[in-house]
Amino acid sequence: MSKRLKFMLKKELLQTLRDPRMRIVILVMPIFQTLVFGYAVTTDVKSVDTAVVDLANTSATRAVTDQFVASGIFVPVWKNSYEEAWHAMDQSEIQAMILFDRNGRMQFVTDGSRGLSAGVTAGYAAAILGRNQQAPVTVESRAWYNPMLESRNFYVPGVIAMMVMVITLILSSMAVVREVEIGTMEQIMVTPMKRWEFIVGKLLPFGVIGMVNVLVVTAVAVFWFSIPLQGSVPLLMLAAVLYLMNTLGFGLLISTVSRTQQQAMLSAFFVIFPASLLSGFAFPIANMPAVIRFFTLFNPMRYMMTILRDLFLKGNGLSTLWPNYLAMFLLGTALLTTAILRFRKTS
Amino acid sequence: MTDNDYAVTLENLTRKFGDFTAVDDVSFSVNRGEIFGFLGANGAGKSTTIRMLCGILKPTSGRGIVGGVDISRTPEKVKSFIGYMSQKFSLYDDLTVEENLNFFAGIYGVKNRKDAVNRAIESAGLAGREKKMTGSLPVGWKQQLSLASAVMHNPDILFLDEPTSGVDPVSRRKFWETIRAKSDDGTTVFVTTHYMTEAEYCDRLSIMRAGKVIALGSPDELKRKNDRDTLEDVFVSLVQQTGDTR
Repeated sequence: MSKRLKFMLKKELLQTLRDPRMRIVILVMPIFQTLVFGYAVTTDVKSVDTAVVDLANTSATRAVTDQFVASGIFVPVWKNSYEEAWHAMDQSEIQAMILFDRNGRMQFVTDGSRGLSAGVTAGYAAAILGRNQQAPVTVESRAWYNPMLESRNFYVPGVIAMMVMVITLILSSMAVVREVEIGTMEQIMVTPMKRWEFIVGKLLPFGVIGMVNVLVVTAVAVFWFSIPLQGSVPLLMLAAVLYLMNTLGFGLLISTVSRTQQQAMLSAFFVIFPASLLSGFAFPIANMPAVIRFFTLFNPMRYMMTILRDLFLKGNGLSTLWPNYLAMFLLGTALLTTAILRFRKTS
Repeated sequence: MTDNDYAVTLENLTRKFGDFTAVDDVSFSVNRGEIFGFLGANGAGKSTTIRMLCGILKPTSGRGIVGGVDISRTPEKVKSFIGYMSQKFSLYDDLTVEENLNFFAGIYGVKNRKDAVNRAIESAGLAGREKKMTGSLPVGWKQQLSLASAVMHNPDILFLDEPTSGVDPVSRRKFWETIRAKSDDGTTVFVTTHYMTEAEYCDRLSIMRAGKVIALGSPDELKRKNDRDTLEDVFVSLVQQTGDTR
């Protein structure tokens, strides 16, 4: 290793670790975010307050109601009339209704204003009714790779991609412009330090921070949330390295074109939001319009998201995932090269 | 081989920023080992000239030779044997005195780094304060430290861009003692300043106005030629003669 690089790395580490805000960003934020996504961001529906109006009150209708209650998902709230139930729905006191008319015909209603969970609730209801022996057809669906359809299994691996981008993109977007703003850049420019030594010295510590984050979040996912990691850890690490080439390259590019740290910070957010929205983290890419789908091809997070979910839940190997690795490698190389060429010691 | 007789040579050096010509066809030479003062109103083009000579700004046209090296062709080569210090404090506030010096000594590949750092601490008058955060030092000490850091690698040529602005008179005098000592050791010093008392310490001076050099000579020569008693009067009369000061 070049001697100058060694001094550059030492300086960067001293500065980064000395900053208390930085220590929080590096250590506390990843764990906090993982916990938030693990516990709070869930599309699983639990304890749905359900108005029950049974105008028929036969053994058959009571049996159906019992099945709903026994599922543990629906919590019955007894009402005497449809009007009462509707009113309760209007007041958001309940999220679903089971209504039997005088002839014992059943109607199931969910609160559509609650978006995603309304659909999930309806799905549960259909499943319960499907199990009803009097029904002519029994539907039995099974979700592979995530049999309990736990949204946690789906979201927490994705958090790794989000987390790493937020942290390393922001850190690296500050890297150069920070020194320009405080005036130390000029002093560096007049030294014989080589371009690559400066850039590697700047980015390598952030790369290491990114890798540590990946390991920390993976550990929380596996040991705290018991999300199975089916695939290989080395493949996960390789994906992380390629992904970091992208986030650090983009950050450096932002840093070399920004004049102030504020500008760099805003630009970084401007990248992070669309990257996350178009990554398939929350919204499936397959459902997007063709134009938008085309743009996602240039989004490294999209590939990382696929790799993470496949590695965690399916345990796929390189034989199926290689296009994602290749895409990240190409994008990352292009970003890093552009950034390095933009960075000049003589203007 | 005139290139090697002088520490610095400028031949028709010009730098434009868009339509604005910051340095306009400037030519002069600086002798080895002399203290060369560079005067001029704000925005006259002094800093732009220095930054070109240090290899961080490309000349639009003309030639600049520093220590025998062409600054347009190989700007990186210049950087190992020059020292540079600007008016804006440019060491790291969030590193200690010692860490800053170690870093810059390391970058320049200074031999016997420990000794060099200790000597720098000594010369900046910061013995016993090595572990202090640089940001907590008063301005005068910071500038002493900047200078000590800029000369740690024993540069042949030292560029100082308004090194003493905002520094109290006592620190300023100490500062100039250091510069004088360096010059006596054979270092060429190229310095810009606003203080006429400091201009008096220089072996030769050039005065710049609107991107052009309008006077050149020793302090005494300049006073005699312009028939003025003080450099301040020389400066004011020259700068005002040709109209605006930009």
